[in-house]
Amino acid sequence: MSGEKTFILDGKPIAFEDGDTIMDAALRAGEYIPHLCHNPEFTPHGSCRICMVEVDGRQVSACTFPAAEGSGVVNDSDQLTAQRRSLLQMLFVEGNHICPGCEKSGACQLQAVAYYTGMLALDFTHFFPRRSVDASHPDAVIDFNRCILCELCVRASREVDKKNLFSISGRGINSHLVIDSPTGKLGDSAFAATDKAMHVCPVGAILPRHTAYNTPVGKRLYDRQPVNMVGDVAGYEETDER
Amino acid sequence: MVALPDPEDFTRELLVASNSDRGRLLQYLHAIQQRYSHIPETSVHQLALALRLSESRIRGVIGFYSFLHDTPRGDYDILFSDSITDHMLGSRVLLGDLCTRLGVEPGLPRADGRVTVDVTSCTGMCDQGPAILINGQAVTRLDNFRISSIAALIENLTPLDEWPSELFEVQDNIRRADILLSRGSCGGGALRALVEKGADTIFGEIATSGLRGRGGAGFNTAMKWKFCRAARDDEMNDRVVICNADEGEPGTFKDRVLLNSHADDVFEGMTLCAGIIGARHGYLYLRGEYLYMKHALEETLAQRRRDGLLGQNILGQAGFDFDIEIHLGAGAYVCGEESALIESLEGKRGVPRVRPPFPVTHGYLGKPTVVNNVETFMAAAKIALEGANWFRAVGTEQSTGTKLHSISGDCDRPGIYEFPFGVSIQQVLEECGAADTLAVQVAGAAGSTIPPAEFHRSIAFEDISSGGSFMVFGRHRDLLDMVQNFSRFFVHESCGFCTPCRVGGVLLKDLVDKVHAGRAGTADIQELHRIGTVVKLTSHCGLGTEAANPVLDTLGKFPSIYEKHLTQADYQPAFDLDAALQDARDLSGRDDAGAHIRTDL
Ligand SMILES: Cc1cc2nc3c(=O)[nH]c(=O)nc-3n(C[C@H](O)[C@H](O)[C@H](O)COP(=O)(O)O)c2cc1C
Ligand code: SF4
Ligand code: SF4
Repeated sequence: MSGEKTFILDGKPIAFEDGDTIMDAALRAGEYIPHLCHNPEFTPHGSCRICMVEVDGRQVSACTFPAAEGSGVVNDSDQLTAQRRSLLQMLFVEGNHICPGCEKSGACQLQAVAYYTGMLALDFTHFFPRRSVDASHPDAVIDFNRCILCELCVRASREVDKKNLFSISGRGINSHLVIDSPTGKLGDSAFAATDKAMHVCPVGAILPRHTAYNTPVGKRLYDRQPVNMVGDVAGYEETDER
Repeated sequence: MVALPDPEDFTRELLVASNSDRGRLLQYLHAIQQRYSHIPETSVHQLALALRLSESRIRGVIGFYSFLHDTPRGDYDILFSDSITDHMLGSRVLLGDLCTRLGVEPGLPRADGRVTVDVTSCTGMCDQGPAILINGQAVTRLDNFRISSIAALIENLTPLDEWPSELFEVQDNIRRADILLSRGSCGGGALRALVEKGADTIFGEIATSGLRGRGGAGFNTAMKWKFCRAARDDEMNDRVVICNADEGEPGTFKDRVLLNSHADDVFEGMTLCAGIIGARHGYLYLRGEYLYMKHALEETLAQRRRDGLLGQNILGQAGFDFDIEIHLGAGAYVCGEESALIESLEGKRGVPRVRPPFPVTHGYLGKPTVVNNVETFMAAAKIALEGANWFRAVGTEQSTGTKLHSISGDCDRPGIYEFPFGVSIQQVLEECGAADTLAVQVAGAAGSTIPPAEFHRSIAFEDISSGGSFMVFGRHRDLLDMVQNFSRFFVHESCGFCTPCRVGGVLLKDLVDKVHAGRAGTADIQELHRIGTVVKLTSHCGLGTEAANPVLDTLGKFPSIYEKHLTQADYQPAFDLDAALQDARDLSGRDDAGAHIRTDL
C-alpha cells in the first residue's frame, strides 16, 4: 500500500483519497469524530461546529476541511471535549428540549452526543423560545421546539428529493426553518413520508406519525450502544421496524 | 404622499427591464421596499414565478436583511444609527425626543402608518453623528433643532425631495492627506500605463509595492490577483472583480469618503485589476446605508464609459472589455465578509461559504473572483501610475504605504486621517485632538481595545492591524457601555448559520447586560471567559471569531469595568427571583413577607 496518502488522527494513520475531508476519511476508517449536522450523503455544511478538530494547532471543522498528507489532527483532547460540551449546551438551551417528554429520546443524536461528551447539565440560562408544532401532515409532525438548524432536511429535500421544501429564514438567533407551501404548513406542501427529508432529522423535530413507541424507551438505538459505536441516527426508525 | 402604482405593475416592470435575472433578486427587493415600505405578497409571488424560485426562498432572503420587511413600515421610515459613538453624541435622547414628538413607539409604525422610528447598526457617519437614515437617505449632525424640523416636516406630509437640502449634506472631513489623498485623480493614467507597459510590468509594480488589503485581513494584493489569474487557463476572461464597499464595521467611514470624492480612482483600480487578471465583469457592492451616493457613482461610471475607460475596447484596445455594475446591500454587516458578499451578490441570504474553495478560484457564480476593499483598489491605481517605489517610500517594511483612518469619539477633530503605516496610537491621538483618553478601540467592534499603556504601539499589520476604525473614549466614559453596544451589535448581525456565534453571542450579550445591570457575580465573569473562548475558537467565519473580542479584550485589560458592577455574591440567578413570583402573588392575593424572596441577602 505504498503511495497511499495518510494523515495522523490522534496518533493513528488514516488513509484518504483526493477530495476527502477529514471527516470522510475518518468515517471510512471507522474513527468517530462527534458531529450533528454532518451526514455523508449530503453536501457538507459545517454549521453545528461539534466536529471541530485541531489541525497543526489550528481549529477547523472536520466535515469541511480537506484532508492533507502528513498533517496531524487532534480529535480527542480535554479541551475539544469541553468545547463540544459548551456547544451542545448552547444547542440545548437555544430550543426547548424536554427529553423525558420527547418521543425521540434514546434515539436522538443530540442527546447521544451529549452523553458521549459527558455533558451532565445545561449550565447556561434557557432561552425558552416560543415556537410552534406543525401537525398538519398525515404522516409527519414537525416540532420546531427541537430544531437545531442543522439543515439536514433542507439538504435532503434539495439534493435527493429535488423538492426544495425546506429553507431557513430570519437571521441570527431569529433564524428558523420554513416550509415551502402556500400556508407555510407541512400538510399543504409536497412533503411525503417516502421523502429522504423525512428520515434525516438528528433530533425529535421531524417525527413520523404512528410509530412513536414501537420501540420502547430503554431499547432504542443509543440505549443499546453509544453513538461512537452505532453512528448517526438518520434512517434509524426504518431499520428498527424489521 | 403621492399615490403609488400597483405593486404588481411595478414588480413586473422591474423584472422586464432586466430580463428576470435571479442574481438581481436582492436588487428587486430593495427597489420594491423603497417604493412600498415593505415587500407585498403579490410581489413575492411574481418574483417566485418569474425567477423560478420557491416563495419560501424569497421570504428567507427578505427575512435575512434588516432593510427588507414583509409588513409595511411608516411612510417615513427613520433609523437611528446605533453605534456607540452616536450614543456618546446623544442619539438615545434625540430618539426618545423624536418618538415623543411624533407619538410613536420605537420599532412600530404609527397607527396612521405615517412614520416608524427605529435603530440600525452604525451607518458610517460617526464623525458627524448623531445620524439617521430616513427612507434610506442619510441625515447627520442631529440636534434638537433638526429633530423638531424633521418632526414638523413629517407632520406636514412634506415629500422627502422637498425637504431642505442642507439636511442631507454629508461632509468628507478629510483632516490629514498623505500620498493617496493629496494627489488628483488618475484620470485614466493608470490604465494608459497598463496599455503602454503591459500587464506583466504593471503587475510587477503592484507586487513590488507590497500592497496589502485595506479591508482588514491584509492579504497581499498581488498574490490574490495572481491566484485569480492562474485559476483558469482559458482566454475567455471570465473572471470577476468585486469592490467591497460594504463598510459595516462600526466606526468606519473612509470608504464612504473615497467613493464620494475619489470614485474615479476606485473604478480605475478595478479596471486595472480586470486588465491584469482577465475579467469582463465588475461589481461595486455598496452598503444599503450609502444609497444616497448611488446616483453620483452611476454618473461617474457613465462618464468613464464616454471617456473610453470602461466598456468595450477600453482605451481602444481590442478585447479589453470590462464594465462595472453597482449592487446594493440591504443592512447586513456579515455581507462584508467576502464569501457572504458573493452570496448576496447572487441574490441570496448572506451566509458565508465554506472555504476552501476560496473566491479566487470559486467566487461569483463559481467563477474566479477578486474581492478587494475600496481603498485597496484606489491604492493599486495610484501604484500603477506612480510606481512601486513611490509607494514603498512610506510605511514600514511589512506594511508599505499609508492607511486611511476613520476617527470618531472623544476628540476635537473627528474625520478622515491618512497616516503612513507605523504611526503610533499616541501620534494619532495628538493629531485628532484627543486628551485624557481612557482607551482607543482600533478596527471597530471586531478589533481591539487599547489602554494608555499601549499607546506607544503602532498601527501596522505587524503590530495593531486595522481596517480603519479608530474610536476614542475619554476618561469620563464607562467602557462597559461600549462592550454592551458591541455585544448587541454582534447578536443583531450574526447570520445565524453556526452554533457558537448564533447562540454564544446571545449568551455573551445577556451576561454583559447582567453585569451592566449590577446583578452579576464572579461566576458570571468566568462564564464570559468560557463562552467567549468557545465563540472565538469555533465560529465559522470572521464575524464569530471576532465577536467575543470586546468582552475578552476588556476582561483582560480593563477588569475594573466589570468589577465595579459586580455584586458581592459569586453566584447570581439570571432573573429576579422575587419578581418572578409576582404572578403567583397576584393569583393568591398575598403580599406578606412569606410571599417574597429576599434577594438582598
Ligand atoms: C464580518 C466581516 C465583515 C467584513 N467587512 C468588510 C468590509 O466592510 N469591507 C471590506 O473591504 N472588507 C470586509 N471584510 C473583509 C473581507 O472578507 C475581505 O477580506 C476583504 O474585502 C478583502 O479585500 P482586501 O484584501 O482589499 O482587504 C469583512 C470580513 C468579515 C469577516
Ligand atoms: S428539522 Fe431536523 S433536520 Fe431539519 S434543520 Fe431542524 S433539526 Fe435539522
Ligand atoms: S460566525 Fe457563524 S453565525 Fe456568525 S456570522 Fe459567521 S457563519 Fe454566521
